[in-house]
Amino acid sequence: MKYKRSIIRSILFIQISCSVLCLSISDTFAYQNTLEKIKSSGVLTWGFDAEGGAPYAFHDPKHPQKLIGFEVELVDAIARELGVKVQRFQNAWDSILLSLQRGDFDIALNGIEITPDREQAVLFTRPYYVYAEQIVVRASDNRIHRFEDLHGKKVGTLYNTVAKRMLEEMGGVTVNLYGQVEAFKDLLLNRIDAVFVDLPIASYYAMPNPQLHLVGEPVGEGYYGIAVRKEDPALAEELNKIIERLLRSGELKKIYDRWGLWNASQEKLLLHEGLLQKYTENPPSASEKVPLVVTTFLPALLKGAVITVGISLLSMVIAVGLGLGLAIMRLYGNKWLQKISTAYIEVYRGTPLLIQLYILYYGLPNIGITLSAFVAAILGLGMNYAAYEAEIYRAGIQAVSKGQTEAALSLGMSRRLTLRRIILPQALRIVLPSMTNDFIALFKDSSLVSVIAVVELTKSYSMLAAASMDFFKLGIITALLYFGMSYPLSLYARKLESKLKSHDRNL
Amino acid sequence: MIEICNLFKQYDHQPLFKGMSLAVARGSAIALIGPSGSGKSTLLRCINGLEIFQGGCISVDGEKLYGINEQSYKRGQEIGAVKRVRRKVGMVFQQFNLFPHMSALHNITVSPTLVLGVDQEEAESEAISLLKKVHLEEKAQRYPGQLSGGEQQRVAIARALAMKPEAMLFDEPTSSLDPEMIEEVLSVIKDLVSEGMTMVIATHEMGFARDVSTHVAFLEKGEIVECGSPGEIFSNPEKDRTKMFLSRFMK
Repeated sequence: MKYKRSIIRSILFIQISCSVLCLSISDTFAYQNTLEKIKSSGVLTWGFDAEGGAPYAFHDPKHPQKLIGFEVELVDAIARELGVKVQRFQNAWDSILLSLQRGDFDIALNGIEITPDREQAVLFTRPYYVYAEQIVVRASDNRIHRFEDLHGKKVGTLYNTVAKRMLEEMGGVTVNLYGQVEAFKDLLLNRIDAVFVDLPIASYYAMPNPQLHLVGEPVGEGYYGIAVRKEDPALAEELNKIIERLLRSGELKKIYDRWGLWNASQEKLLLHEGLLQKYTENPPSASEKVPLVVTTFLPALLKGAVITVGISLLSMVIAVGLGLGLAIMRLYGNKWLQKISTAYIEVYRGTPLLIQLYILYYGLPNIGITLSAFVAAILGLGMNYAAYEAEIYRAGIQAVSKGQTEAALSLGMSRRLTLRRIILPQALRIVLPSMTNDFIALFKDSSLVSVIAVVELTKSYSMLAAASMDFFKLGIITALLYFGMSYPLSLYARKLESKLKSHDRNL
Repeated sequence: MIEICNLFKQYDHQPLFKGMSLAVARGSAIALIGPSGSGKSTLLRCINGLEIFQGGCISVDGEKLYGINEQSYKRGQEIGAVKRVRRKVGMVFQQFNLFPHMSALHNITVSPTLVLGVDQEEAESEAISLLKKVHLEEKAQRYPGQLSGGEQQRVAIARALAMKPEAMLFDEPTSSLDPEMIEEVLSVIKDLVSEGMTMVIATHEMGFARDVSTHVAFLEKGEIVECGSPGEIFSNPEKDRTKMFLSRFMK
């Protein structure tokens, strides 16, 4: 017995030490070789998100195949200095540092602000740009002149940015969160009072638009840095030298000038000694590390969960009502009603929900219909799912035998009464399992509405996760929240089903 | 009571009835016999407007249905004459067609309350007495799925009677029953005949047709070959087609 146990123990030990060894080998491998790998392969892999928009790195509206932006030019210059080619790696901005850590690319350079919590996860080079936060308002609006005036207003900013934290820090501001350019659209549509974003974004999008106006001095200076893996100090050092060279040669200024981004603040880039040091000790904004404590993240997640439930319930009401109407139109309507219903179903089933949401929220204002984000989310989901519900109901109604209709008609009931009292109650029990299925699907699809500035559970999660860099624990908790809400629904539907079925032995 | 004049009906350009006529006097019970596909069921379904026909006229107690085309049927006629005709005739189906989501009692009360506006209590006491009539008063709260075929069909008869029809149409009421249940249904129908209810019964039960009905009509290929009293048809048929059909059935 004792002998056996010791064998098991030694096997375990060997296994563990093997895996530790493997890990450390691969780590050492990466550590020594990222810079060398770049040089020997002649390729620098750059992670960025083109969806993040102008003027960083984005697709030229005139030549959509072409990627442009000041960061594109900067990376090209860096690669040239390294004597290598650039390979671009498109990655969602929220998870860009995670992908860097995973080893998807060598550097992440995409308007990434140097913050202490990010510095815990990755290594930053010296800053390549000094940014500040800029207020943008409608040209017709003269209520806001400086940062403090944002108090009590509805302000749009971007997810996971220093600007967002500054607004939250000040308090008393209703903050709407956006991906990028949508913030300016909502500002023009009077949905918000101001946009508060990094100056490069403000100058690119708002400056050329006569309806928008930049007000006040830029506030809350901060720095964009190039992120590399912690194991790559050699690469960071090399990049620091290159940034210095580009600064001294004036090439960096040339690039920034081309994009209208050079300003007096950029002179500070030259004071590289101690600049980062000073910054780390005394961060420019109230950017604390978000600690993973239940009390901090749970309220945010629960708030998201409430919104998720609200959106799901209300949109299901629309889906059921509209779906039933469509099914009845298709089954009993005249030729035209049938055509309308069929067209509706085909169009809504055949196009992505995401596109439908964009059109509802950002497209309809073009013809004078401006919906709030919440209403657009409910309508979008509801109208989309109505198409699926309609088909389920049609099948359910058709599954009720023709004899039922005939019996009801022969008893003198009208078509309408027959449908309501005889056909629909029987169809309901047929469609109930599919409806439950759809409702759970809708419940999860509600995460899509985050694209139109609704912060529901999934968005709350991704924001918290991006801020704390903890995708795993938060992910498990969020998944549990979803499951904890959808599972009781399944149970209830099952109970309802068996209750409806209990009457008939041989239906 | 029920008059069928020069009825013309076709399915997909295949004529079924080519000018058929038949009269059912008040208080008579006429059995429709004939091979499958001869048009017995279709005739019953035409009488209460479940099927349209293209020519001729069906009159039920003065309410007239005329031959029409598909379009005008959908738009207009149903809400008018067909509805009035349906008030006058009750129908019992081969497959019973009870509403499975309602108890036997509720099956019977649903139409009087919703269509005629009878109040719930009155409809229920009426339903109980109808259930007594079909010997099922103790099954009032059962659901169709909990009843045997014969019981279901008897509930279906009670359900049709609850609308107080002037006439009853039976579409092969025992054809989907197990043999041991046929008798309980036929005895209920027999009671109705003796009460003087006007009835048209499509049936394959030759013994029943002979013993219970007041008249028998033999249908073949959409034509009434012969019509007369049970004695005439069964003992002394005139037409060869009738003889052939009966010899196959009666042995």
